[in-house]
Amino acid sequence: MSLLQIRDLAIALPEGADRKYAAQNINFDLDKGEILCIVGESGSGKSMSANAVMGLLPQGVKPVDGTITFDGRPILGLSEKEMLKLRGSRISMIFQEPLSALNPLMRVGAQIAEVFEAHGALTGTERRKRALELLHEVGIPDPDAAIRAYPFQLSGGQRQRVMIAMALALEPDILIADEPTTALDVTTQAQILKLIEDLRQKRGMAVIFITHDFGVVADIADRVIVMQTGKIVESGTADEVLLRPQHPYTRALIDAIPRLTQRKEAEEQTRAPILTVEGLQKTFSTGSGKLFGKRRVVKAGQDVSFELFAGETIGIVGESGSGKSTVGRCLVRLLTPDGGRVMVDGADIAHMSGTELRERRRNLQMIFQDPYSSLNPRARVSRILTEGLIAYGTPKREAQEKARELLELVGLDASAMNRFPHEFSGGQRQRIGIARALALDPKIIIADEAVSALDVSIQAQVLDLLADLKTRLDLSMLFITHDLRVAARICDRIIVMQKGKIVEAGPAGKVLHNPDTEYTQSLLDAIPGQEYERALEGAS
Amino acid sequence: MRDFWKRFRYNRGAVIGLFILALVIITAILAPIVFPQSPWKMVQRPFLPPFEQEGLLLGTDALGRDVLAGLAHGAYVSLLVGLVSTIVALAIGVPVGACAGYFAGRIDDALMRFTEFFQTIPSFALAIVLLAIFQPSLTFVIIAIAVVSWPPVARLVRGEVLSLRTREFVEAATLSGLGNTQIILRHILPNALPPIIVLASLMIAQAILLESSLSFLGLGDPNIMSWGYMIGAARTVIRTAWWLSFLPGMAILLTVLALNLIGEGLNDALNPRLTRKSE
Repeated sequence: MSLLQIRDLAIALPEGADRKYAAQNINFDLDKGEILCIVGESGSGKSMSANAVMGLLPQGVKPVDGTITFDGRPILGLSEKEMLKLRGSRISMIFQEPLSALNPLMRVGAQIAEVFEAHGALTGTERRKRALELLHEVGIPDPDAAIRAYPFQLSGGQRQRVMIAMALALEPDILIADEPTTALDVTTQAQILKLIEDLRQKRGMAVIFITHDFGVVADIADRVIVMQTGKIVESGTADEVLLRPQHPYTRALIDAIPRLTQRKEAEEQTRAPILTVEGLQKTFSTGSGKLFGKRRVVKAGQDVSFELFAGETIGIVGESGSGKSTVGRCLVRLLTPDGGRVMVDGADIAHMSGTELRERRRNLQMIFQDPYSSLNPRARVSRILTEGLIAYGTPKREAQEKARELLELVGLDASAMNRFPHEFSGGQRQRIGIARALALDPKIIIADEAVSALDVSIQAQVLDLLADLKTRLDLSMLFITHDLRVAARICDRIIVMQKGKIVEAGPAGKVLHNPDTEYTQSLLDAIPGQEYERALEGAS
Repeated sequence: MRDFWKRFRYNRGAVIGLFILALVIITAILAPIVFPQSPWKMVQRPFLPPFEQEGLLLGTDALGRDVLAGLAHGAYVSLLVGLVSTIVALAIGVPVGACAGYFAGRIDDALMRFTEFFQTIPSFALAIVLLAIFQPSLTFVIIAIAVVSWPPVARLVRGEVLSLRTREFVEAATLSGLGNTQIILRHILPNALPPIIVLASLMIAQAILLESSLSFLGLGDPNIMSWGYMIGAARTVIRTAWWLSFLPGMAILLTVLALNLIGEGLNDALNPRLTRKSE
């Protein structure tokens, strides 16, 4: 008898949704001490299936068929009161964004103690003692200080550890982890994955791990379920699914994973630099430091210098807070650098303003990270694409003509012109964002985490599109990303940043396979699924 | 737009509010047709109670004037004052708030200190002072109300703009070479519209109350029949002819209530994610 059994589960979406069921025909078993990964792209119903186990479906979404049996007892349709007893104590859950899942005004220790309080376990002093033990167990540095800290004083990885400590407090049988590492840096992600693996072994706890990243799956899964548009398309042991995928969708997903080893060595640059950055400085400070509070200073860019050659793609990689986005924004002057020079076509745009800046900036355009917030929700696509051209004096009709060509260029139909951004999927929106960046015929494109918010298969398509456009339009590109695999796929040279400084720069092949610094090596080691990648290489 | 109606209809109070407001608007429009005579004209003996004489449904006041005609003409004045003063207040508050939020820094400091200057003075007292200085005509009543009610608009718009200006689509517009005015008008303000609309509907109600209070104190336009004036004139006879204060009082209550209900409905319909759960 397995710990958790799901049979023929169907979850209905409210009327008017794009499909009738969020998930249907869901069948799986989970044994004690097993890690089951549910993989799928956004909208595949993977989170809904897990939420159904917890009895935490959003309003209007209801399970309509099937059974969920936990420890020999059917739990689907239990009253809210009975589910409350189960939640936290026998089945618990951790989420993607630990900051929003923690109460910002409560100390960490009190939040963990609250879990015991909610289930009436232990006395006041015991709760505190146990909270401290848990923080030890999840490997937070200096637990005695952390227990008194507020969530904002901890880093993303530490917050996720606190969430895990809370989830483990009552020694549950099942831990459901919904994309717990997606918001974290690679190095932190590797640590959290190791922690989950350790805890599983120590406690014999079963884990349902929801993710879209096959690298993560390869590192921790015992068994894998692949979901597509609400249905399970493939399931089996990790080796079966990952090395011998049967379903074409699984194969497509696996093929879409960017590989570290894919790229050939870039040829020596003979062309002239199109963009030269010399000694760029940018410091952020909070608080005036005069009257109230202490002045906090963050050096986001310290003496950053590099050259971008015509037709080349440079990747800037680093963890969050390394200053890579700040550098990108300083180059297009969304931020004004404190010092240094940014030379484009022999002119320093770092200290220009007014019309002069406006004319020069035309050559530098940016593709943004979030396709949902980078398009004005109240503007039609035609306006989004023509606005810039019209602002630079192109007649309206010509601008419209050009917009249609741009849509075709990025692989969208010209009928998209009259629609609003919310009518498109994330990948299509990102294509619109790319079309907008290309509208002014720029020479340099700065892509700030341009594919980070997209599913793997869409990510691959957009990367291909960018690579194709780059050669066709003879663009130079600065590609800012935290994902080394993405950088490996598209970049000729790679710059590694840490705490606002360039720690390493060189050809992609050299940086990725034979790095000079320990920091780069640690980033590379943290990439999930490397053994799996080697296994795939060996097989083909 | 259809979604908007669906969500608006979901709030039953808002639909009732809309119904009452429609009645008030129709009354205001029909007033000069149904009661072509001036509401100041004496038509019968004073203190005629309601429902006693045909043609004078709600009776007469202390000077023998038709109460129903007064109420109908008063509806027109109340709505006019409410609407126009709100438009004027928005015309001051929105640009001030948008500039403060968009340009930040010194401009923000200067504009916000200026706004706070108005907020530190009790608004009703300021309105009285303004009307005491200028002559009490309808135009100045509207101006006085607008002058005291724009600061909340400026603060709201500033907050919205502050959060919108760091959004990526605004940065993209900057990179597309758009000027500041274009960015504010075409990218930022349209997205800040929903809370402004909600606030505006509540401001109309506030303005109607202010106008009534000013008229009650005799600071309104002496040539225009308004609900506040009617209550003010009847307050001395409240023990013998209570209905003379009660009827215009009810008119004010219902209109203001209707506008508040509509404001809440608009809030639900325009900010669907903030809607209180109905179950």
